[in-house]
Amino acid sequence: MPAAFKIAVEGAGEATCYEGERALVAMERAQSFGRLKNLPYKLPVGCRRGGCGICRARVLSGAYRKDLMSQAHISEEESEAGLVLSCSIYPLSDIELRIEPPQVASKTKTATTSEEK
Amino acid sequence: MAMTGVLRPGFAQIRVLDMEKALEHYTKRVGLHEVTRGGDGRVYLKAADEFDHHSLVLREADRAGIDVAGFKVASEADLDALEKRVSAFGYPVEHVPAGEQPGLGRRIGFTVCTGHRIELYAHADLSDPKPPTHNPDVWDVEPHGMRVRRFDHVLLLGPDIDKALDFFEKVLDFRCTERVDTPDGLTAVFLSCGMKAHDIAFVKFGEPAKLHHVSFELESWADIGHAADIITRYDISHDIGPTRHGLTQGRTIYFFDPSGNRNEVFTGDYTYYPDNPTRTWDETQIGKGLFYYERQAPESFLNVMT
Repeated sequence: MPAAFKIAVEGAGEATCYEGERALVAMERAQSFGRLKNLPYKLPVGCRRGGCGICRARVLSGAYRKDLMSQAHISEEESEAGLVLSCSIYPLSDIELRIEPPQVASKTKTATTSEEK
Repeated sequence: MAMTGVLRPGFAQIRVLDMEKALEHYTKRVGLHEVTRGGDGRVYLKAADEFDHHSLVLREADRAGIDVAGFKVASEADLDALEKRVSAFGYPVEHVPAGEQPGLGRRIGFTVCTGHRIELYAHADLSDPKPPTHNPDVWDVEPHGMRVRRFDHVLLLGPDIDKALDFFEKVLDFRCTERVDTPDGLTAVFLSCGMKAHDIAFVKFGEPAKLHHVSFELESWADIGHAADIITRYDISHDIGPTRHGLTQGRTIYFFDPSGNRNEVFTGDYTYYPDNPTRTWDETQIGKGLFYYERQAPESFLNVMT
């Protein structure tokens, strides 16, 4: 088994993330097993490849490696402030994060975005 | 049926975050062939069952999405006539010289009300691999990956799709094969310039210039299953399918490229004749229109785009 790290999702629960795994994928698995039971909405999951911006989150603590992400969704300044697309980070230690979905500018407003603000 | 004016979707130019990952995805997994690389870094790809020089252009950028949807027209005279009609509609027309994309003749380009750039051109060189023409085998180079046969269409998201419908019908002579009307107004339009169920589609969205997906055609429903096996085997991000659309009736599977652009591979839409009536959908059956078996769309299908 590869090394396992904990992802503490603020206000929601905890996911187990294996070395080399995308944080979002670990969170999807945790939600399907009922481990993010305090998350009041379905985990925002989109392209899982850094392009669509739906899985935006803020890393509060911990170390991670990251892939390229669309700068339409995470600018350099935001990246330095710990904002990430959770599909494109790979934890290197236990981490804590807060889900911060983008504001969707249309009628396709999701439960997620309305819960957030 | 005599075909003049706009013949078919010719190419899509899309943005990718990492060129090498994108190339591996589109050549080894989707099954396209690399034709050539341009001096500016753009890479030109084609499917083996297409004659024209290329049908997908990849441009490395800091964000995903679509730059241009290009359409091939029947002749240089048609290109000139269409330019006049586009200008008369009120869209400024830009001229792109021959060779700006290797293998293509001169193009005209303009931005439609949804924020998307559309280009038209009359000439494309041939390039390899292309379908054999004399005593033709079904293929020359053995199909690989998902075995896509050709680029099929793009679905774009943006505002003012009523006006986009008007433009494509009145100026480019497309026909509306299907439309979705909800209490919010016109929500989606499917447009054909030939005999396919769609050559381009628009869905209403608050932000301009967004890409929903780039689609490639497969030979059979069995090939959709093969594509699904490839998606899992190579850990490609999966969206929905194998399934079927009510709209167009196509069998389909959706997934994402390594930059998050949505791809579709599909087969088996109906044949459209220009005297066919428009098929219509309302809000009560929209789930079935989107996905005929699930009868609803996952949230990600409606709110995820590049």
